[in-house]
Amino acid sequence: MQVNDNNFQPVIVAFCCNWCSYAGADLSGTNRLNYPTNVKIIRVPCSCRVNPMFILRAFQKGADGVIICGCHPGDCHYTSGNYYTRRRITLLYSMLDFLGIERNRTRLEWVSAAEGAKFAATMQQFTEDVRKLGPNRRLEDLRCRKQ
Amino acid sequence: MQRIGVFVCHCGTNIAATVDVKAVAEALSHEPGVVISQDYQYMCSESGQNLVKDAIKEHKLTGVVVCSCSPRMHENTFRKAAASVGLNPYLVEIANIREQCSWIHKDIATATDKAVILGKAAVAKVHLNAPLTAGESPVAKRALVIGGGIAGIQTALDIAEAGFDVDIVEKKSTIGGKMAQIDKTFPTLDCAACILTPKMVEASQNEHITIHSFSEVSEVKGFVGNFTVTIKKKARYVDEVKCTGCGACVEKCPMKKVPNEFNEGLDNRHAVYIPFAQAVPKVATIDPNYCMMLKNGKCGICSKVCTAGAIDYKQQDRFIEQKYGAIIVATGFNPINLDKYDEFAYNQCPDVVTSLELERLMNAAGPNGGTLLRPSDKTHPHTIVFVQCVGSRCDDEKGKPYCSKICCMYTAKHAMLIREKYPDTEVYVFYIDVRTPGKNFDEFYRRAVEQYNVHYIKGMVGKVTPKSDGKIDVQASDLLSNEQLHINADMVVLAAAIEPDKTARPLATMLTTQMDTNDFFTEAHPKLRPVESATAGIFLSGACQGPKDIPETVAQASAAAAKAIGLLVKNSITCNPCVAHSDELLCNGCSSCEKVCPYGAITYQDKEFRMPDRTTAIRRVASVNPAVCQGCGACTVACPSGAMDLNGFSNSQIMAEVDAICK
Repeated sequence: MQVNDNNFQPVIVAFCCNWCSYAGADLSGTNRLNYPTNVKIIRVPCSCRVNPMFILRAFQKGADGVIICGCHPGDCHYTSGNYYTRRRITLLYSMLDFLGIERNRTRLEWVSAAEGAKFAATMQQFTEDVRKLGPNRRLEDLRCRKQ
Repeated sequence: MQRIGVFVCHCGTNIAATVDVKAVAEALSHEPGVVISQDYQYMCSESGQNLVKDAIKEHKLTGVVVCSCSPRMHENTFRKAAASVGLNPYLVEIANIREQCSWIHKDIATATDKAVILGKAAVAKVHLNAPLTAGESPVAKRALVIGGGIAGIQTALDIAEAGFDVDIVEKKSTIGGKMAQIDKTFPTLDCAACILTPKMVEASQNEHITIHSFSEVSEVKGFVGNFTVTIKKKARYVDEVKCTGCGACVEKCPMKKVPNEFNEGLDNRHAVYIPFAQAVPKVATIDPNYCMMLKNGKCGICSKVCTAGAIDYKQQDRFIEQKYGAIIVATGFNPINLDKYDEFAYNQCPDVVTSLELERLMNAAGPNGGTLLRPSDKTHPHTIVFVQCVGSRCDDEKGKPYCSKICCMYTAKHAMLIREKYPDTEVYVFYIDVRTPGKNFDEFYRRAVEQYNVHYIKGMVGKVTPKSDGKIDVQASDLLSNEQLHINADMVVLAAAIEPDKTARPLATMLTTQMDTNDFFTEAHPKLRPVESATAGIFLSGACQGPKDIPETVAQASAAAAKAIGLLVKNSITCNPCVAHSDELLCNGCSSCEKVCPYGAITYQDKEFRMPDRTTAIRRVASVNPAVCQGCGACTVACPSGAMDLNGFSNSQIMAEVDAICK
């Protein structure tokens, strides 16, 4: 479903690992690099802490996009956490396909603590992509919808 | 019923300029459980902290939310403030409304809305925060140094000096490393062995130092202050305790055609050997690849001549396990393999040598007793060409992208020594740049050019061709005069790039430390924490972290020792309480969590449970060792029954944040 509504403000949940991506997000703040207010960050110790259940919960509660950010492969503070994340998200994609939720509403990105600019650019791009997709209707619990 | 206090910081104008802080405080005051919601100019200042402390006491708060800068900045500040008035520090949550809100947004209305949502998410989370207590973990008062070169020796000596026990694990049969092979050192031209061997002896005689030579680290478990390391003592077929190092076995060994690694294969050693006269420990080692007794049971001469009865053909690899508080990596470097460099004819012509081979050729204890002779016909060379940057500063896949740092200086040293000893020998050095940053380094290089008349030519050597008359044709271009040169040389010396030792990569995996793309260990911070790895309790010493000369290596070795001592003097360290825990009633013992745990923190126990029908049953359930768990949360997602959860980042807490953001 393509919606050309420029006023549509998607709700975007970003899960950021404490060691790389959360620090990268802080760096984009320190460098005053702008990205849309739609993005709200939740801090997790490692991207592998993100249970696919949290992503589905976000979609159920009215999120329009979910992005998971972790350390680059090989750089995980816990050695292998981001590899688990990568596998889990791949599996989640096939489930999202089955449910009919557009793949592009979920994204996995590697952002290091030094990549403040990449963080801001990624968030900008992701917000634009989700905005083009329009509101998430497929899994949304209608009881949660804002009046 | 929760009693939550919300404290919104202005951060001067850092937050207040783009976020209406009063509106945020007002909006959050209506959240369930919130009994007080205040704003203040600088919440992290002493008066700001007092505001929080007073509110905790006055309103008997059970949870605190501070809307301020990043938790990476001041989470600890507010946790400490809470703890000082008796509130569990883990009942404090931070909403990051500076780095992740006010600093990146310009529109006050939308930024304020976002700040309110971030505040609500933190309030929703703090509702579910549980008081946590950080455990203490004892520190084993012993350090492990991996690698017995000058870096490892210096680190071990410094730690021993402070009164702690240190073990050195060295894979070769003697400590000493590369420095033991070097003839002279720059820029003082003093003899390497004369300054190294006393240190080796000091290490072997120090009551706090244990040297495990001919050994490897085979397993590392545990964490800072509490590592359990398995050391494999490889079979050397000689009893280390009984052997006196007399050398009788070496003398009588009939197997004499073994390439001598210590002399870079330029001469031969026996199947039973002591690498060099000053080896520490001075114990013979039998090479099982060449020993006829070990290969086919025919010989046994060494055991007959050994009066100490130290030869033991049946010796097996032994494994010893030891606890350590700190581990220092000092695995060092090696010159790269030159097989891919056909243009320099290294594999075709014995008179094309690497600089390390030249060190041995010129060393008084080397194959020629210190007289510089060509390896092919043992004649005196009259023209020697040095080629710089062989594999260094290379943009193709054959070589290394970095500068090996030490080659410019040791080449100047070689050139100078040769000109000093053999004034009839002409020395040419082909270079890209001469890099001499170091105390007295540039003066040293200029002495080579001005005083010793070494011909320095800016340009790269294109081809080295051995000729039928035994000479070597060196074809090169002089970049300054733009001429093509042909030099009729007797010897060519290649300054091969240096790379980290091959054992470093598997070791890094064992230690869960990080490496860069060139396999050098990565320091925790390139400027401010240059000798620590990002993994707590693991320190870096010497060239394993990057190319270094001897003074730099020694400086870093002592710095690593100082950091390790700082850890070892503590009796205990505070653990992170945000670790996983398993609900035994939900756990079905499936082992999913155990398989994904990178630290081996999860074990299984058979426990007796009372069943609803008043019988008892034995069930297999997971239990987490909180001292080993690092709190990544991989297990919580793997657990199919939802029994595994993470303190501080529980399923319900994260879900509450998701709900608050999406609402």
